[in-house]
Amino acid sequence: FPKQTFSLCCKPFRCRSLPARRKYMRSPLVPEMATQEVQLNETLSHLKTESDTLKTKLEEERAKLHDVELHQVAEKVDGLGQFVMKTRRTLKGHGNKVLCMDWCKDKRRIVSSSQDGKVIVWDAFTTNKEHAVTMPCTWVMACAYAPSGCAVACGGLDNKCSVYPLSLDKNENLAAKKKSVAMHTNYLSACSFTNSDMQILTSSGDGTCALWDVESGQLLQSFHGHAADVLCLDLAPSETGNTFVSGGCDKKANVWDMRSGQCIQSFETHESDINSVRYYPSGDAFASGSDDATCRLYDLRADREVAIYSKESIIFGVSSVDFSLSGRLLFGGYNDYTINVWDVLKGTRVSILFGHENRVSTLRVSPDGTAFCSGSWDHTLRTWA
Amino acid sequence: CELIYVGDCGSAGRPSMRGSPFQFRLEAIVVEMQDSKSGVKCSEQKLNISTIPHVITGVDVLTWITNKMKTTPEEVQAFGTMLVAYGYIYPLQNHKKLVMCNNTSLYRFQTPYFWPTQNWVAEDSDYAIYLAKRNIRKKGMLEPYEQTHYSHLHDWMNHKWDFIVMQATEQYKAGKERKKPDRVVFDCQERAYWIVNRPPVSNMFYQQAIMRSKVKSSVSLGALAKYVTTYKNHDPFLAPCLPSNPWQTDNDTYWTCNTRRVDVPTKMRVERWSFSLFELLSDLRGRDDFKTFLKKEFSGENLAFWEAAEELKWGTGSSMTSKAETIFKTFLAPGAPRWINIDGRTMGLTVKGLEHPHRYVLEAAQTHVFLLMKKDTFFRYLKSPVYKDIQKKAINPDPHNFSPAQLEQNAQSRSLGIHPIILWQQEEEEKAKAAAASAPVDVKAMMSKIDRNK
Repeated sequence: FPKQTFSLCCKPFRCRSLPARRKYMRSPLVPEMATQEVQLNETLSHLKTESDTLKTKLEEERAKLHDVELHQVAEKVDGLGQFVMKTRRTLKGHGNKVLCMDWCKDKRRIVSSSQDGKVIVWDAFTTNKEHAVTMPCTWVMACAYAPSGCAVACGGLDNKCSVYPLSLDKNENLAAKKKSVAMHTNYLSACSFTNSDMQILTSSGDGTCALWDVESGQLLQSFHGHAADVLCLDLAPSETGNTFVSGGCDKKANVWDMRSGQCIQSFETHESDINSVRYYPSGDAFASGSDDATCRLYDLRADREVAIYSKESIIFGVSSVDFSLSGRLLFGGYNDYTINVWDVLKGTRVSILFGHENRVSTLRVSPDGTAFCSGSWDHTLRTWA
Repeated sequence: CELIYVGDCGSAGRPSMRGSPFQFRLEAIVVEMQDSKSGVKCSEQKLNISTIPHVITGVDVLTWITNKMKTTPEEVQAFGTMLVAYGYIYPLQNHKKLVMCNNTSLYRFQTPYFWPTQNWVAEDSDYAIYLAKRNIRKKGMLEPYEQTHYSHLHDWMNHKWDFIVMQATEQYKAGKERKKPDRVVFDCQERAYWIVNRPPVSNMFYQQAIMRSKVKSSVSLGALAKYVTTYKNHDPFLAPCLPSNPWQTDNDTYWTCNTRRVDVPTKMRVERWSFSLFELLSDLRGRDDFKTFLKKEFSGENLAFWEAAEELKWGTGSSMTSKAETIFKTFLAPGAPRWINIDGRTMGLTVKGLEHPHRYVLEAAQTHVFLLMKKDTFFRYLKSPVYKDIQKKAINPDPHNFSPAQLEQNAQSRSLGIHPIILWQQEEEEKAKAAAASAPVDVKAMMSKIDRNK
């Protein structure tokens, strides 16, 4: 570089460049610093007051509209009968923990990914394995089926999301046609196609979500606002518009406008990482599952949390949630190997399902609601109906 | 989240642009701008009591970019602002506003050490030390948003706060030993770096949240409960599917009688179309029926426009320009063959937007058209002979009643169905056929063809 221009750019100090003998010396809090602390606290308290005032005002606005509780509304709704839900298929083939799965729009095929880097496409109805791809990384935490049924996307510790076009020829090497689409600076935690095969939405351990053009690999929009890893996302059912919700290690669930990249709503009521978010079928609410062992329902129009699904006997985290077709049932996969089924309106648990031999890591209801599929660290997937 | 942590959970700032080819080109340009002969003109400037070397003005930077890239003033302005937004150039006066001003505002090139392409992530501990150091230098110097950051960092980094204060003191002492002009320059560089990497936050989020319209819980919760009631009989977990749930009986008739192009749909499916326009359009079989109705009314252009707008929104980036052109010619241009009747303001905005098409350029027009269909056309459809007809024709499959032996048999002979790739190929063929059939007749071309044949 031209010397004179940079002659005054002294290398700024970084912690690591200090002489070693002073590096880790613990100095007692000097009196001069104590007075600075007091002054800082005074100006900080002014700022905090303003922030608190606004927060209180927001709560007051919300409270004005808070004229009824969900369980009161639910009193007018019929109770649910007894449920007989059984494992109808067990898919064996993964050699390690199953981390993610997604349904094809044909209502019977699924794609699943696991810790050993394998991504498998199954016809869950016949239990036939149709395709298998080995990713160049382990911990494939995210996978998704394209709306056309002609491709799948996946990624994980490689920090990328790649698209593999599928083929009718079972012997074809899918890895040859692989397309790298998304690039993050930390692991990929979730991915989803939008309404077509041409765009993918991703979330990552780098704290951001992003929207990508599949054909060119171009970043269309990025979403900043989480203060820690983003673990999950879900797209709103179309009529409600171009929004999606994400959940992260910062305990926040954020609703985003895909067009502007802005966070339009934010909810922070969980006490630990949010592992899963899923929209209510009408798009006016969403559910979340967290390491704090609760699932919660958030009403987007009233802008608040309206239900907490928990029991004293449930102490392990929820990894994954999904609604039944009508939105009446909420299925939750838990780290204690069980699946709990909740009555969304009345707030009670209607069923507990056993079968997996290790934690349930992923759970999705099929596109026509006839079944749901769960994936587990016990290396298997099960369909239930 | 028991996964392998790659990096510190708390320091997820912006993703760095490491390795992307675009900013190596950008860097090359920035270096070129600093060439002593052909670069941007620079001079010494007096700022407060110090003299700062190598200062440039906004207007000189933009002139240089114009000469180099030979493009429109808007692009030049945007490029200049990007250089400031990403931290390659920093303003000396209005340091919080990261834009390039087309006047004598003063700027300076950022030292490469602080370039975003360098490999160090703007970590929270570095930021904490920077803020602590500024606080030592001059009490009460931190801005409100910096104080918010400082208090937040103080909370979650409390365990190493002594270390942070100590590092800040060391840096402060070392800084005092530098010559004054060097110190001023360095302070500017460092401050600029942190403005880019820890931009000012405000209480704006709360203000916006307060202003956002909300509805009463009784209204929104009532709507959630109503949705459940409406769809109750359609939820396979709550009511039996007819003839049977394929997963339970291993018989896939339920799927075969609900395919995309089935001639006679089931009664349940037809009922679901009446729940909302969204349901009707989401089920392609329902959309076909709606199109039959619209054809009879000679008002298919709204739906055609809506479909074209969806294709634009969810399509590839490269196809946008051509799609936008076709849409304009077909639906929006004066005298267009399938002209849609939208209000003047929306039409004006849309046509203007199409000069520089982007994914959401048709959003306003599409919403207008959708609402029109939702509030009017949809209800007329439900009362129409077309819909009443299909309601009558629709079948109600009898429930299966398999014996254990039959169930066993079913399990042995599960149908393979049609592969989604084959279905998709069929769909694409059908779409192409339909597009050709419904394309407006080009009268001129036909007339000239007839003339030629004569």
